[in-house]
Amino acid sequence: MEFFQSLDWMQLLRCFVVGGLICIIGQILIDKTKLTPARILVIFVTSGAILGGLGVYQYLIDFAGCGATVPLTGFGNALAKGAIEEVSTSGFIGAFMGGIKATAGGISAAIFFGYIASLISKPKMKKQ
Amino acid sequence: MNPIETKKDYQDYVNKKSPNSPILKNCFNAFWVGGLICTIGQVIFSYCKFRGMDTQMSNTIVSVLLIGISAFLTGLNLFNRIGKFAGAGSLVPITGFANSIVSPAMEYKSEGYVMGVGGKMFTVAGPVLVFGISASIIVGIVYLIFNTSAITLV
Repeated sequence: MEFFQSLDWMQLLRCFVVGGLICIIGQILIDKTKLTPARILVIFVTSGAILGGLGVYQYLIDFAGCGATVPLTGFGNALAKGAIEEVSTSGFIGAFMGGIKATAGGISAAIFFGYIASLISKPKMKKQ
Repeated sequence: MNPIETKKDYQDYVNKKSPNSPILKNCFNAFWVGGLICTIGQVIFSYCKFRGMDTQMSNTIVSVLLIGISAFLTGLNLFNRIGKFAGAGSLVPITGFANSIVSPAMEYKSEGYVMGVGGKMFTVAGPVLVFGISASIIVGIVYLIFNTSAITLV
C-alpha cells in the first residue's frame, strides 16, 4: 500500500503519452508505407541506437521513464549506451562488449522464454 | 467496363476498390495499448526502485517481465488477438520483440525442436539483433575515435 502512495501519477501519465506517441509513429509507418513489421522493428532499434549514441535519447528517458525505455527504440538506446560506457572503461574492445552486456537480461529472457513458450504452445488449428 | 491496360490503371482500380484503412482508429488503438504497456512497465520499474534497486537493474527486470509475459501470451494465442486490434501498439514496445520470436517458432514447430523451433525463432528477431548490435558497435567505435563529448550533441 505504501508503494501505491509513492507512485508518481504525473510520471505515469508522461510515460503513457510518450509510449503511445512512439507507437503511433510505428502505426503510421505500417499504414502509410509498405514496410514489413520486421523492417519497422529494425528501423526502431537502429534509430534508437543512433539517437542514444548522439545522447539525445537520454532526455526522453529523463522525461518519460519507461515510456521511452520500453519501446524498441529504448532497446537500441540501451545497446548504444552500454557500448559507450564500456568503451570509456576498457577501450576499443569495449565497443564489442558493452552493447550486449547492457541488454543481456532482455536478450536472454527473450530467447529462453521464447523457446519455452513455443514448446508449450499448441499449433493453430486450421479451420476446415 | 474498360479493360485494364497499364499498370497505373490497375493501381487506380485497386485503390478505388480496396477499403480505406481506418488510420485514425488504428492510431488511436496503437496509442492507448502502447501507452498502457509502457505504463505497466513504469509501475514495475517504480516498484523495483521502491525496493531499492538501481536503474540498470530495474530496467532489466522490466524487460525480462514484459518479454516473459508476452512470450507466454503469444504461446497461448492471445497476443495475436491483441496485435490484430492494436497494430503497432503491441509491436513497437519490447513485447513485439518477444512476439516476433515466438510466433515463427510456433509455426515451424512441425519441423522439429532444434531446426524448427530453435532455428526459426530468429527469422524476425535475427535482423533486429544484427542491426541493433552492429549499430551499437559502430556507436562505440565512433565514440572511441572522437572521444568524450565531441560526438554527443550536448
